[in-house]
Amino acid sequence: MAQELFAPSTLILTATLLAALSGVPLLFLRFQGASPLQLLSIVLMLAASCLGLTGAGITLLSGYSILFELAWTLPFGPVNFGLDPLSAWFLLPIFLIPGCAALYARSYWHAVNHPGTVRTMTFFFGLMTASMSGVVLARDGISFLFAWEIMALSAYFLVSTEDEKPEVKNAGILYMITTHTGTLGLFALFPLLNLLCGSWFFPSPASLEASSTVSGAIFLTALFAFGLKAGIMPFHIWLPSAHANAPSHVSAAMSGVILKVGVYGLIRTLSFFHGIPLWWGCCVLALGIVSGVVGVAFAIGQHDLKRLLAYHSIENIGIIFMGLGVALVGQKVGSPAMMLLGMSGALLHVLNHAVFKALLFLGAGSLIHATGTREIDLMGGAARRLPYTALLFGVGSVAICGLPPLNGFVSELMIYLGLFQGMQGDGGAAVAVSLAAPALALVGGLAVACFVKVYGVVFLGAPRSEQHATGHEAGLQMLLPMLLLAVICCVIGLVPGVVAGLLQGVSLTVLPSSVGAAGTALLKLVPTAMISLAGLLLLVVIALLALWYRRILQRNPLGEAATWGCGYQRPAPRMQYSASSFAGMLTSLFAFALRPESHQPGRMAGLFPGKSRFASHIPEAVLELVYIPALKRLYQRTSGIRRLQSGILQQYVLYSLVTLIVLLAVSYF
Amino acid sequence: MTNSIIHIFLALVMPPLLLGVIGKTKAAFAGRVGAPFLQPYYDIYRLLQKGTVFSTTTSWVFRAGPIVALATAAVAALLVPFGAHPSPISFDGDMILYAYLFALGRFFTMAAALDTGSSFEGMGSAREATYSCLAEPTLFFALITLSRLSGSYSLTGMLTNVSGGAWLYAGASLLLLIGGMFIVLLAENCRIPFDDPNTHLELTMIHEVMVLDHSGPAFGIIQYAASLKLFVLGAFFIQLALPFATGNPIPDWGIFIISMLLLAVVIGIVESVMARLRLVRVPQLLVAATILAAFSTLLVIR
Repeated sequence: MAQELFAPSTLILTATLLAALSGVPLLFLRFQGASPLQLLSIVLMLAASCLGLTGAGITLLSGYSILFELAWTLPFGPVNFGLDPLSAWFLLPIFLIPGCAALYARSYWHAVNHPGTVRTMTFFFGLMTASMSGVVLARDGISFLFAWEIMALSAYFLVSTEDEKPEVKNAGILYMITTHTGTLGLFALFPLLNLLCGSWFFPSPASLEASSTVSGAIFLTALFAFGLKAGIMPFHIWLPSAHANAPSHVSAAMSGVILKVGVYGLIRTLSFFHGIPLWWGCCVLALGIVSGVVGVAFAIGQHDLKRLLAYHSIENIGIIFMGLGVALVGQKVGSPAMMLLGMSGALLHVLNHAVFKALLFLGAGSLIHATGTREIDLMGGAARRLPYTALLFGVGSVAICGLPPLNGFVSELMIYLGLFQGMQGDGGAAVAVSLAAPALALVGGLAVACFVKVYGVVFLGAPRSEQHATGHEAGLQMLLPMLLLAVICCVIGLVPGVVAGLLQGVSLTVLPSSVGAAGTALLKLVPTAMISLAGLLLLVVIALLALWYRRILQRNPLGEAATWGCGYQRPAPRMQYSASSFAGMLTSLFAFALRPESHQPGRMAGLFPGKSRFASHIPEAVLELVYIPALKRLYQRTSGIRRLQSGILQQYVLYSLVTLIVLLAVSYF
Repeated sequence: MTNSIIHIFLALVMPPLLLGVIGKTKAAFAGRVGAPFLQPYYDIYRLLQKGTVFSTTTSWVFRAGPIVALATAAVAALLVPFGAHPSPISFDGDMILYAYLFALGRFFTMAAALDTGSSFEGMGSAREATYSCLAEPTLFFALITLSRLSGSYSLTGMLTNVSGGAWLYAGASLLLLIGGMFIVLLAENCRIPFDDPNTHLELTMIHEVMVLDHSGPAFGIIQYAASLKLFVLGAFFIQLALPFATGNPIPDWGIFIISMLLLAVVIGIVESVMARLRLVRVPQLLVAATILAAFSTLLVIR
């Protein structure tokens, strides 16, 4: 009995339930007493996190796997739930990030300061966490769709928390439209799967033949529907505005976790197939490359801190897709090393990105809290006022660039090693892979440029605007979750051996059994001990040099002065390089994709030119230059059909009835 | 063990000499006597004895910049083989660490430049960020080509296995690679035609403008780190271009030292006979280098 009580599945189901209920206490009282109730809901959420993480941890360590069938008489048969290492791996970010975000919200979205929104926000935040857990636990198409829809809708309510602002409302509507387009894809996906295997229940791994036309259709719909949720280019259009306009801790959870649920869906769907053709792998790899390079190029052009981070999510999803692509290409060429490295790299990057992106979004929240703006070009010198946030944001910045000795480096190294393995083969696979490695290097270089820009312009130098030079360090409730995430970044980066063993188990559950049979071990392919050694060596060298430098500074005379202005006598903070000027050269290099816009109403001419203004902006080019014109055209062409849309509810009920009758009639003939 | 000690000793002591040789070569071309070969050592020593002036705008990041730059170059020096001798630290995937260590050093150098709040240093930082991004794919095309040729996943394996023999069956590919990598070597180390280490006009500089505000010991560290970076990237390049080995350790060290000095002379000659490129032309040359390297990769896959 006790054993069953502490079985991982029990822990996780309890955690899911607790998360779902965490927002309920706040619903029942007027807001005079909201503050202690908010605390209660946070405690519930933290308990859910601890239970969920314990359950996921046990599952990963023991390779535990279980299936449940609830004999509910839903229209489509019983509800199936299950737990296996793949689900458990995705449960790690699902329970970790919302736990951190909930604690952060205590200070960031305090009940007293936000009486109008705190209840809906807390309620839907808990519901979203629970439904994400539901998505990864679901084992049949119908319950998957139920959980998926709850997740999508609760995320909508979270994005539109401050819907009195028009840009928030627009972001919410765009999110709603795109997420439902994705759901439409899933409505196509599951019947197609049903067609192949004859039930709504998920087929067992590698049980379906990938070469048939239906399989190809399943792959493409999955790529579309899950790619839309994951935010892969060119389906990313909802992502920048949604992440920018949601409250920061919601952005952290959305960017850190919801996108990953899309990745989970794709990995799960792909695991049903065997004999995967080369074009599947090349498709995923190509999408990954495009997302990575174009995503980070868009990020460089942004001057809204949260929008910039959102574009980095697109880049990182691109990196994850590149890892998946390597694994799929590896299936075609029959290389266990490629499959294992690519899949493990992608899975580790899922966790890594969740951790550092949540860290960065929480850091951005502290900054916005302090300065009152999201505009990077109005900030500057924040490290003096928010020293701890600056340090933690710095850790996140180094990690997201994939630099040693932090966690981003480890997952990118795995993907690189997979790519290098692929180079030993012949034919189309080698060509595809040979282009991916330099593309990943380009992404890395651009990410460094982008985060130097963010870090330098926001935290370093002098404040650019008097008005936003205020604010103070965030409180402990905001710093503690960030500290935890930063520590995770360091631990995975310095001791990758701790996750390598787990990753091997997770990867084997989704890869063909030939990988396990070949006896390929991730620990042999990835020199985790040497990575630890090199990382520690680097830290020791830095520490020794720092001590030595300190001694020199103490010995030699020290002075202070203003920054050398190359002879100019009256430097002003406004003259510092701004985010836009830093990015100027790169955005002009990528202008073919970014389509930068600039406005300068007055011309500067003559010896004493009058006042002038200059504004530059990188629009969401794919949305504004591709989708909206195309949709406008479609709107004009189809004006005849629109008469059906009356907006009268009764009429829609009639439509349902008519459809039903028609369907019944059809089935009789 | 002895080889490792010689490796570390050379990495610590030899880098500034390359700068001395480059300076002497340029002086010879200009018809001057030039500063002694050991001048860079005197310069660094003198800088370490000086006091420091910190800008009031700066924070700890400004102080960390030179230190991280030096530490990353030092660790990278342990990963690359010198001549035919394997490197002290070698493992599968160390080439990625090698490339990313320089990126880490660059991250802090550029951040330190932005920390001063000077628009000139911001300008240098932006240029460095742009050009280094464009140089990165070339290096990786080179790495995957070498990995394919040698069947190895570590720098030591790649560079020491691609010996004279590889030139016979993949000569065209290696030639293209050398062209691309030489351009990257010059760009990464901010030499002419990309950047002029001796220029005196802030508006046209890249690396030197980023470190305008560093003074005294910090500037000495930066000078040394820059020479170490040249040395480490140079060691990668000469093993590619001049893969001579006798199989006997002592003559092999001699060959390595002579090749490095030869490389310094070649860089000196390039700097003497070429002018700086206009800044807008720099990306074009870097992309050309990437295309050369991409050709070499496609040639080995076929």
